[in-house]
Amino acid sequence: MVETYQRRTALAHLGLVGRAAAGKGGAGVVMSEAGHRTIINIRGNAQDPAFAAAVKSATGVDLPAKANTVAGTGARQILWLGPNEWWVTGADGEADALVEALRGAFTGQHATACDVSESRAVLSLKGPKTREVLARGVSLDLHPKVFGIGQCAQTGLSRCNVLLHQVGEGPHFEIYVLKSFSDYLWRWLEQIAGDFDLGIEA
Amino acid sequence: MLVIPCPYCGPRDEHEFSYAREGHIARPTNAEQISDADWAQDLFMRKNPKGVHYERWMHAKGCRRYFNVARDTVTHEIYAVYEMGQPAPDVKKESGR
Repeated sequence: MVETYQRRTALAHLGLVGRAAAGKGGAGVVMSEAGHRTIINIRGNAQDPAFAAAVKSATGVDLPAKANTVAGTGARQILWLGPNEWWVTGADGEADALVEALRGAFTGQHATACDVSESRAVLSLKGPKTREVLARGVSLDLHPKVFGIGQCAQTGLSRCNVLLHQVGEGPHFEIYVLKSFSDYLWRWLEQIAGDFDLGIEA
Repeated sequence: MLVIPCPYCGPRDEHEFSYAREGHIARPTNAEQISDADWAQDLFMRKNPKGVHYERWMHAKGCRRYFNVARDTVTHEIYAVYEMGQPAPDVKKESGR
């Protein structure tokens, strides 16, 4: 008998849906798992107008102009990773079409697009105490004058390599972490957030 | 702890970086002809200056790029940070050392 492959998010085993439904709700920090997301790693020469145009045509978003910033809104965003490296995000299930579009647009260029969607889990932290929770494990200055909406940074959080992205007011942060570290990082964050009136959303 | 100004990401704490040893080492182009002793010299012998050291660092937890740093091994002062492939700046003159 063929068993259907049940695709689960990295933190499905933690029963967050049930815990959220049970009303585990504080308002200091609200933690959730952001669910499946398409992530495409692209590399190319940012100074080459043809590369920038190809990215724009395939994704509809311009490359972020500054280091450690994010361009685009909603599901389709481009996150700066390095001087010649970015992540293009998309809704779940878009990966194959997006990679095909990018590779098509890159024809003849020294550029690459690679689907890395399954490598990362995305955790979401929001609420007035979010910066205080993150500050326990991050050496970056997260003061809103320094780190604001639309900025991202790759750094170390607790013992994990993560990408931090402030997506909105609240403040609302998203944390991209390797899936194999996501269970540890969630438990660590939950322990810290316990000091700050933790709530859980599904 | 050092605060190292990554040329791409800006100043970050030392724990985000990994040290990648001395920079500006040119490998011999006549590999077949040189002696074992010269090879050993080239592979294993490194400068150990008291003062300015030109070295490579990699921003391991950030943008994962290599770059060069001119650092004082006595004071840990960082005189210059520059991209791979660029010539070493003469920081002794600039800093008056």
